[in-house]
Amino acid sequence: MSVQDFALASEVAARRRWGATAALAALAVLLALISLGIGPVRLSPLAVTEALFGGGSDVAQVIVREIRLPRTILAFAIGGILGLSGAALQGLLRNPLASPSLFGAPQSAAFGAVLVISLGLADVRSYALPVVAIVAAFGSVFALLAIAGRNAGLLILILAGLAISSFAGAATALVMNLSSNPFVVLEIAFWLLGSLEDRSFQHVALALPFIVAGAVILLSQASAFRALTLGEEAAQSLGVDIGRLRLLVITGVALGVGGAVAVTGTIGFIGLVAPHLMRPVIGHDPARLLVPSALAGSALLLAADIAVRIIPSTSDIKVGVLTSIIGVPFFLYLIMRERRALGGGVA
Amino acid sequence: MTLLSATGLNASLGTRKVLHDISLSLAAGHLVALVGPNGAGKTTLLRALAGLIPSSGEIRIGGDALARLPLRERAKRFAYLPQGHMVHWPLPSRDIVALGRYPHGATDPARLSQKDVEAVLRAMQAVDVTAFADRRVTELSGGERSRVALARVLAVEAPVILADEPTASLDPRHQIDVMQKLRNVADTGVLVVVVTHDLGLAARFADDVLVLSEGRLAAQGAPRDALSEAVMADVFRISAYRAEYQREAVIVPWADA
Repeated sequence: MSVQDFALASEVAARRRWGATAALAALAVLLALISLGIGPVRLSPLAVTEALFGGGSDVAQVIVREIRLPRTILAFAIGGILGLSGAALQGLLRNPLASPSLFGAPQSAAFGAVLVISLGLADVRSYALPVVAIVAAFGSVFALLAIAGRNAGLLILILAGLAISSFAGAATALVMNLSSNPFVVLEIAFWLLGSLEDRSFQHVALALPFIVAGAVILLSQASAFRALTLGEEAAQSLGVDIGRLRLLVITGVALGVGGAVAVTGTIGFIGLVAPHLMRPVIGHDPARLLVPSALAGSALLLAADIAVRIIPSTSDIKVGVLTSIIGVPFFLYLIMRERRALGGGVA
Repeated sequence: MTLLSATGLNASLGTRKVLHDISLSLAAGHLVALVGPNGAGKTTLLRALAGLIPSSGEIRIGGDALARLPLRERAKRFAYLPQGHMVHWPLPSRDIVALGRYPHGATDPARLSQKDVEAVLRAMQAVDVTAFADRRVTELSGGERSRVALARVLAVEAPVILADEPTASLDPRHQIDVMQKLRNVADTGVLVVVVTHDLGLAARFADDVLVLSEGRLAAQGAPRDALSEAVMADVFRISAYRAEYQREAVIVPWADA
């Protein structure tokens, strides 16, 4: 094998990955346009594009740019950060079953937000909400990694995740239980289901800065995830600062998930599913999976959010419910596939 | 000429003290075998030498104090091969070997400089793995995978290689092959430290043997001296059959059943 052969083979593989990523980005954009066109007034993707750039009727412009655009931006950003967080956690832990929702991060963030709402500490549209949600998410992921320790096996991670998400769920229930105002309780219960309905640019402003910051942090660690393919010790010997990496990933996931949960409630399983859909196309390199997983997450949440608007039902289905209904069977399928590793005992 | 030295090295795992006051001095171009019973602290010593775990005492590498070197610089000086040839994702062999260039700033195997590609190819040729460059490591046999792991370590082109049981779970032919490759690397001026349980391989291939017992250096020196009858009896609680075959030293460990 010559230097030229070696370079050529890398280039062919790289071109295929770029093609797949570009196709995925195109799909996400198309879904965004469809999402902008769906609602009481249906608009074609063409009319949507026209309205977006200031053409078409005034009514269409108002509908697309002011009513529907925030919802679509949030679906794109939140789906993206959930997919990215899942891929990053899977890279950090070298484990295909890692994801924010299995580790209780959104549940903990929701608990933080619910606490703020029910105690009336802050207005629902203040920055206190995402900040508390982020702190709670950080605490949960930090606790999970501390419990699991270095080189944690599947079993420990999943048991610890189960314990943390159950605890966060119980704490949330307690807050609702103690709340004296039944309307607040009902509102929280619906909010917990996860929805993108009726979101405004205020919500976008509330969540987006945190989501972007989280994404930048996670993407900056891409090559460290690749080095971790060889295990923590070998990665450390290659110059990766493992302690710093863990802290950065926890921070990135907490910022993204906390910011997302603060405006939409809990939307689960996108972080688990997105990287899995990408592996057959992109390969298993955890560094290369980050951007495609984010795009796949965006596409998934946009599609789910389109689906809840066109599935005929008497009351509207919450998008968080739909992603869980689809995500849980997928999770069961993954457990079946990983059965051998899980049966291997407490690693 | 001394390349790597340690003075008064102590290290603990949790509350248990694993290494006690170890001092050693190792020369470039030598193959050093690190032997000792299970739990003697061989892996801990290897990790401490590479700066992967905290330790007290001084370690010097090529004239510099290890403690003062930044992580990236340490990574260029020590190539570390952990036990078990662990690979967590099914990446192609070439990408695994290319990770050896990570300390040199080549963090993406798809974007290697000419220099990095040459280093990767040299490493793959040295252990004869170019034939399965594009196959996933998870699809390789144990022997092939151990050679890919070795190629990854060679690709660092570091002055020191620390290998933790590189011959474990390999058949006799592959064990000899791996030791011979490491011997060849040492002959190019690299210091190679190998942890092994195979005293026969140590006697045959090593220039120096370090015998570790309960966290202390029980003996060090040429295989003949370090693996003496007394050391065998005290440290390993065995005796040994000694011979010479094709002008090389043969040691066969023996204990009454």
